[in-house]
Amino acid sequence: MSTTAADLTHGHGHDHDHAHDHPHGWRRWLYATNHKDIGTMYLIFSFVMLIEGGVLALMLRAELFSPGLQLVQPEFFNQLTTMHGLIMVFGAVMPAFVGFANWMIPLQIGCSDMAFARMNNFSFWLMVPAAIILTASFFMPGGATAAGWTLYAPLSVQMGPGMDAAIFALHILGASSIMGSINIITTILNMRAPGMTLMKMPMFAWTWLITAYLLIAVMPVLAGAITMVLTDRHFGTSFFNAAGGGDPVMYQHIFWFFGHPEVYIMILPAFGIISHIVPTFARKTLFGYSSMVYATGSIAILSFIVWAHHMFTTGMPVTGQLFFMYATMLIAVPTGVKIFNWLATMWRGSMTFETPMLFAVGFIFVFTMGGFTGLILAVAPVDIQLQDTYYVVAHFHYVLVAGSLFALFAGTYYWLPKWSGRMYSEKLGKLHFWSSLISFNVTFFPMHFLGLAGMPRRYADYATQFTDFHAIATVGAFWFGLSQLIFLWCVLRAWTFQQGEPAPAKPWEGAEGLEWTVPSPAPFHTFEDPPTVK
Amino acid sequence: MLKSSLGIRKVAAAAAAIAMTSFGGAAFAENVSGQPLQYNLAAPVTEIARQIYDLHTLMLVICLVIFVAVFGVMFYSIYAHRKSKGAKSASFHESVKVEIAWTIIPFLIVIGMALPATKTVVAMKDTSNADLTIKATGYQWKWGYEYLAGEGEGISFLSTLATPRDQIEDHEGQAVARGENYLMEVDNHVVVPVGKKVRVVTTANDVIHAWMVPAFGVKQDAIPGFVRDTWFKAEQEGIYRGQCAELCGKDHAYMPIVVEVMSEENYSSWVQAKLDEMKAKQDDPTKEWTKEDMVARGEQVYNANCAACHQASGEGIPGAFPSLVAAASVVGPQDAQIDILLNGKGAGMPAWKQLSDVEIASVITYTRNAWANAGTGTDPVVQPSAVTAAR
Repeated sequence: MSTTAADLTHGHGHDHDHAHDHPHGWRRWLYATNHKDIGTMYLIFSFVMLIEGGVLALMLRAELFSPGLQLVQPEFFNQLTTMHGLIMVFGAVMPAFVGFANWMIPLQIGCSDMAFARMNNFSFWLMVPAAIILTASFFMPGGATAAGWTLYAPLSVQMGPGMDAAIFALHILGASSIMGSINIITTILNMRAPGMTLMKMPMFAWTWLITAYLLIAVMPVLAGAITMVLTDRHFGTSFFNAAGGGDPVMYQHIFWFFGHPEVYIMILPAFGIISHIVPTFARKTLFGYSSMVYATGSIAILSFIVWAHHMFTTGMPVTGQLFFMYATMLIAVPTGVKIFNWLATMWRGSMTFETPMLFAVGFIFVFTMGGFTGLILAVAPVDIQLQDTYYVVAHFHYVLVAGSLFALFAGTYYWLPKWSGRMYSEKLGKLHFWSSLISFNVTFFPMHFLGLAGMPRRYADYATQFTDFHAIATVGAFWFGLSQLIFLWCVLRAWTFQQGEPAPAKPWEGAEGLEWTVPSPAPFHTFEDPPTVK
Repeated sequence: MLKSSLGIRKVAAAAAAIAMTSFGGAAFAENVSGQPLQYNLAAPVTEIARQIYDLHTLMLVICLVIFVAVFGVMFYSIYAHRKSKGAKSASFHESVKVEIAWTIIPFLIVIGMALPATKTVVAMKDTSNADLTIKATGYQWKWGYEYLAGEGEGISFLSTLATPRDQIEDHEGQAVARGENYLMEVDNHVVVPVGKKVRVVTTANDVIHAWMVPAFGVKQDAIPGFVRDTWFKAEQEGIYRGQCAELCGKDHAYMPIVVEVMSEENYSSWVQAKLDEMKAKQDDPTKEWTKEDMVARGEQVYNANCAACHQASGEGIPGAFPSLVAAASVVGPQDAQIDILLNGKGAGMPAWKQLSDVEIASVITYTRNAWANAGTGTDPVVQPSAVTAAR
């Protein structure tokens, strides 16, 4: 490909590659407009937040090792659960996918950079002060917000200044997400290489295009909900106060109108990543490409009409419960189509199981378990029995950790050669996979039993009958947490220390797509002349 | 449906037995406290709870069958279609017929799952023709009950955690012997007759709580400023325990629910005894109380309502709950303190108007005579009549 050749000769011509067109040192990062640099910063940021959220989780798991209060008081425990949720959702998972989008979408659709390079810089750098404000709220009078990550009014109206800090941080993060989404949509719709029609576009770009629309639709809804909490707190409004004509349940309706699409925001790009990895390592084209696209679209549309299944115990009318029960069950259909398509892709392929494929297969297997518990929870009477118990905690960790996080690991191992120019250690990668998969299940599988037996979530202390499963979960959680150090070392080894085999342009035999036509590591500028897609 | 649910229960029992043995047999069937490990929903005591139990079992069995079928295919493929076994990849990559099939079939399955649940949803919402109506009010962090209609009308009481603090606090790592019903015991049980339809009306005083009793299949949010309702008809006498299920702040884990189901005769005598007891306990707010009476009464009120935040020492928790020792409102003129108790203050201190005038006056008197406050400040004794006047 001509672009590739041009880039290579260009690179060889200078000792300092492209010294004339981008700053070095700290300016390279602070003033970054290059999609690869910004993508790298997003990935580093999200990993730092993953560690922070993980440490909070381990603190609360340590307290829950046995009944009684040993390490923390209940008010601080509630801060831990709340901040663990907020940091993992808004600080770790969402930015990690934006990092992948920044790195991979221009490479996959054959354009030179994101559409709005400076706005891209701004979207990233907004996240840093937001994260600092959110973290600093622990040190404010009364500590961080302890109202749960859902910030339900009127409890969130009672909180101290830590709540205001969280609201401010969420506003900033929301603005950043909206800008990121506008950038991704504009890039995908306008800058695809000649010949790349929408229905020839890689699945990761497709899932992100749909995700970006979801983000633009629902982030302002969250902003509205938390702004109403803010004015209820300080400016005498009564949106959620019955005494002033408001309604606490209205907060939940608004929040979950954001919150349900939000869970698909965190899983659709993961589906995209898996849809690249399975065909690559099965050495076979993705089965049912167009039905995959339609299924993603269907999930996105359905996600807007199921929000009240989070609220079956608030006391809805019969018709409301029935509508939301049936609508929720329908989501299983397009999700099932995706699983079946991945299996059909594997069927009669020629499979190998490098680390990305292991994580992809692990994703399909364990995510599906989370899907099944979701289906069980969709049945309104069963949900009423299980709402706000550990069953729900188990369910959403199966889809968020074994779903989103495992897909992020799979994607990292898959594209790391392209980012770093080095092959990661296959031995360490496999160790990371098995250690994570087993410890994940040790942590979260017993939580199904806890929930069925009636253990409520967000409890700092519990009845003695729940001791055994809590103890097992805590052991698993520390094992899972420590396993992530293997991942850190794997990435640092290849990327920072440049150890391992030098990676060829296309390190995977069965890989397809424009990203594999540029050298590894991908040069600073790629596709300055767009490639042609047939 | 009946027949199949019986069959399903047998399958579930078998599956549970297999699960138990595979977890290590008898050694693992009991937990560290010697109670049997519970792997499934609570044993149902109402028709609704039984339907929920069967629905869950039905769903679980269907999901397991699909799971085994789908992943049987995947693991066979992983075994057979690997490059190291010389598998060559086929070239097929689409089939409209297959796509339609695996859209329509799951669609029919999920509708088939939702249909039996529909009947239960309708039954759960039917709170009409109740024999007894009880209002449950969520407070931070206790439950209040009022018997609104039916036998026992007029009974009302608060129900607070009965587990002693020293079983909970475990800072020095000292082993504290925890009771059998640690965190699941209260001072006043909700008592209901067996076989009668009980409607529970829920509301809350401050934030959202949720009233849950798993054995009854009941969980209903209690929302401040609104009323919601649910119902149960317990079929067996006994004591059933549940907890608050909606995050409500600091002591969310410490406001359990205990319902005692009695025979009709025992219930009638409980109602009589409770009404007599309430009459005897009724304080005469115009009576002049002695200081000693007030302080003794106030200490009880303080430990039940105030000590969770302001602590038994009165010193609060710095940064979260203010100290009452030498506080201006506690050692200053009485009116300011009465106002705070009746109307609350800021975000943290709720209004306590649900307490009686005697309780408020006595707890104020207690705070003015306890700790280092004794003998300092004005108005050491506050009479109930002053609270009556301030209401």
